This record gives sequence, structure tokens and C-alpha cells, in this order.
Amino acid sequence: MFTVLIRIFRSGWRSFYRDREIALATIFVLFLTVILAGSFFLFKDISQILVADLQEKIDVSVYFREETLEEDILGVGKELSELPEIKNIEYVSKEQALLNFIQRHERDTALLDSIDELGKNPFLAALNVRTWNPDQYAKVSKFLEGPGFDSFVEKIDYYQRKPAIDTMRSLNSGVTKISISIAVLLIIIAIAVSLNTIGLSIYNSRKEIEIQKLVGASSWFIRGPFLVQGMICGILATLISILTLSFICWFLSPRIESFFLSISLFTLFVENFWMLVLIQFTTGISLGAVSSLVAIKKYLKD
Amino acid sequence: MIKFQDITKIYSSNASKSEPTIALDKVSFDISPKEFVSLVGKSGAGKTTLLKLLLMQEKPTSGDILFEGKNLSDIRSEELPWLRRKIGVVFQDYKLLAVKTAYENIAYTMEVIGARDEEIKRDVPKVLDIVGLSERAGNLPAELSGGERQRVAIARALVHRPDIILADEPTGNLDPYHTMEIIELLLKIQLMGPTVVLATHNKDVINRLNKRVVTLEKGKIIRDEKEGRFIL
Repeated sequence: MFTVLIRIFRSGWRSFYRDREIALATIFVLFLTVILAGSFFLFKDISQILVADLQEKIDVSVYFREETLEEDILGVGKELSELPEIKNIEYVSKEQALLNFIQRHERDTALLDSIDELGKNPFLAALNVRTWNPDQYAKVSKFLEGPGFDSFVEKIDYYQRKPAIDTMRSLNSGVTKISISIAVLLIIIAIAVSLNTIGLSIYNSRKEIEIQKLVGASSWFIRGPFLVQGMICGILATLISILTLSFICWFLSPRIESFFLSISLFTLFVENFWMLVLIQFTTGISLGAVSSLVAIKKYLKD
Repeated sequence: MIKFQDITKIYSSNASKSEPTIALDKVSFDISPKEFVSLVGKSGAGKTTLLKLLLMQEKPTSGDILFEGKNLSDIRSEELPWLRRKIGVVFQDYKLLAVKTAYENIAYTMEVIGARDEEIKRDVPKVLDIVGLSERAGNLPAELSGGERQRVAIARALVHRPDIILADEPTGNLDPYHTMEIIELLLKIQLMGPTVVLATHNKDVINRLNKRVVTLEKGKIIRDEKEGRFIL
């Protein structure tokens, strides 16, 4: 068994070496597929970072009635924080709200004067609530509208913010849908092209396969070297793809960073390096191997 | 060793109006171990079809073929390699693996049957010596002459010590000098043990052999002689 495996590997390597031109074409096609898979993985991360960045900027504020005691508000906060949807809650007291307002409008003297004229602090204490994803705001606001809270809660600004939240939500699912569609389409094209390329190279070997069958080679003894050849092409395609991708990330990183501060392409690449290697190796090797298996199938019939 | 019993092979045409071709019509004969049998006949007489049936490249329309007591129609496709490893084949067009050297072409047959590396290293040079190609071991088929290629093919058919060697028009592409060289080689091999079945339409070859000749015409056996001559 071990001898047979060694022979299959040796024969696969020899055929790879002797059919260099065909192998080169196969490597190129597999390289395109593998780099697409890798780039898609990075793109998915980038789009997630961008969307998460925007999501961070959205929250819903729950304002409490003037007379509500701080401990009651904190009690509501505690109850809220037990909901699985809640990412974080920030308590802003009346005084803090006033302070924030003054800080924000310190140059607008007219506005600050009008606050002074009121003679009292017009702001309400609030809880700023953030959920894990935009879909969950509706549920949280429903929860606060329920019995037990209406005596404390003055208003929830969910409905004013709803359009922004909805846009966010559709952007989020839109990005996901588009990326999945593009990925599926590209992967189908890539598989079709590599099947074709490897199929052509096996078509060139059809006479050899016929001879191998006639001298009594078993199907696996014939199939094996082609499988090995496909896998070698996959491995080389992956190595080239990793090198190309690291160069592209290193080169583009400072240029992208000048647009989007939160994205460092190269850091993202380095952080996900092993995952990328895994994805690309899996794509490259399995595509090479599966294409060979599918392409050789029809020549192995008696 | 081999029994053909009432073998009929009909090739039906895909074109609806053309008649089906009868390649073999109720052919029956036996081949004994260590025999040298020549199948002769014009092109289309059914010689190659008989060999293809024995190699199970084709299936008979009716009748049975027994090989070492086993009915070929009982052999499942997974068992085909087992049958083919018992047979060495030499073709008119050599059918050598183009990307392998002469040595590797011969060694491949041994690898297929699972021979150990030491056995391959011991036996391949021996058969290369028998066919007189020790010097050309490292050459690819494209770098060899027609006669040399056919000798590689014979060495390949021989190296795993098959029970039978089928030679289908092995001299069809060769000049008279190389033709006799190949036939002498086949005779020498037969003395080493295996049965040899030679299909040919070369009159000179048959008349010099003085061995059993089975003559086919239009798919039927018209003559089967112990020390036959080429009569058509």
C-alpha cells in the first residue's frame, strides 16, 4: 500500500514536471480562483468593519421623567442590561446632559444664554442604549414601552432614529447579500474554468489512460497521479496567491488608510494570515483535486 | 487455457439505415498453454475483434470465452485489471506512454502489479537485454525507431511474466528486416513459457513460422492447421 502511494506521488510529480506548460496554465487558473477566495474573505472583513463603524455611531436614548429617581433609572438600566440584545448602556444624568450640551455648543453664546434664561436644567436623565445589531432596537423599545416602565419613561427616541436605523439595517443586509452573490458567482466561474483547464490537460492524456487500463492498472493507480498533479498545482497557486495578496495589502494599505482611518489593510491581512492561508490552501488543493477527479471520470469507464 | 465457444460479435451501426456488421460468426476454438497460434485473415476478418474480446475491451454479442477456466462474462469491471495483468499485449501502433522513457514504460507494468522496487530494478534491465535495448533505456518513445519502439512494447508485455501474450499486427508498421527481428523475438519469448497469439496478415511471417494457424474469413474460421501456411 505504502509503495503504491509513493509510486502514485512520484508519477504525479513526474507528469507535473514533464507537462510544465499545461501545469502552468492550470496553476494560473487556480491562482485566480484562490486569490479571489482570499480577497473575498478580506473584503468581507473590511465591509464588516465599515458597517460596524457606522453602527457604533447609532444608539437609542431612553429619557426619564423629571421626577424619576436616579436609583430607579439605574434599576431600569440593570433590567435592560439583562436582555441578550443589549451591547452596552450608558447613563447620562441631567447634570451630565447639560454639561455635554454646554461643551458641544460652547461657541454658540445665544443658545447658552437661552438655557441660562430658563433658570433651570431643561434636560432629562437618559440611558443611551446600544444593541448588537440594528434589528434589535425595535424589540428593546417595545420592552420599555411595556407595563412597569411607563411611569418612569418620558420618551424613547427610537421612532425619530428609525429611518437611520432602517438604512443601517438594509445597508448591512445589502452588503452581505451582494458579497455573497458576487462570491457565489465568482466561485462558479472559477470552478467551471478550472474544470475546463484540467479537463483539457486530461483530454491530452486520454491515450495514456487507455494504455494504462490495457496493462492492467487499477482505476486509482491511474487516477492517483492526476490527483497529485492537481494538488501540486493547487499548492503552488496558493503560495503565489499568498505572496501576491501580501504585496497588494502592503502596497494598498497606506492608500486605503488615508480614506478610512479605521481600516488598516495590512494589519487585517496579518491578523487573518493563518485563516487566509487555510482558506486559500483548502480552495486551491480541493479545486485542483476535485477538478482532476471529475475530469478523469469519463476516461476511466471500461 | 482459452476456449472460445460459439462467439458472435455484431456491431450495430448508429445510422438507422445501414446494416449491422457481423465481425465474428459462431467462432469456436481452443488455445492450449505454451502454444504459439497465429490468427490470419484479410482486414475485417475478425482477428482484432477476437483479441479485443479476450482483453474485454469489447463484449461478445453471444457465446462464452473461458480464460483459465473462468468465464469472462462473469468478470466484473473491478476485476478487469486482474485479467489484464495476466495478459501481455503488443499493438501495431506500439501504444507506449509518450512521457515515459523506455525503462519507465516497462517498469510501469511492474508497478501496476505491485512488484517491489528491487524486483523492478532486477527485471527491467533483464528484459531490456532480451529485446536488445539496454543502451536505449533512458530514451523517450519519440527518440526511438519503429522497430525499437515495438521491442519496448514487447519487453513491456513480457516483463510481468504473463500467462499469454497477444500481438496484434506487431509488424504492421515495420520494414521486412525489423519484421523478422520482432517475430524471432516472439518465438524466443514463447520458449520462455507464455502462450503467444499473433494476429497478422503478413504471408512471409506465417510461412516461415511453421506453427498453428487459424484462418478467419468474414468472421468465420475457415481453416485451423497445426503447422499451417498462409492460404487465402
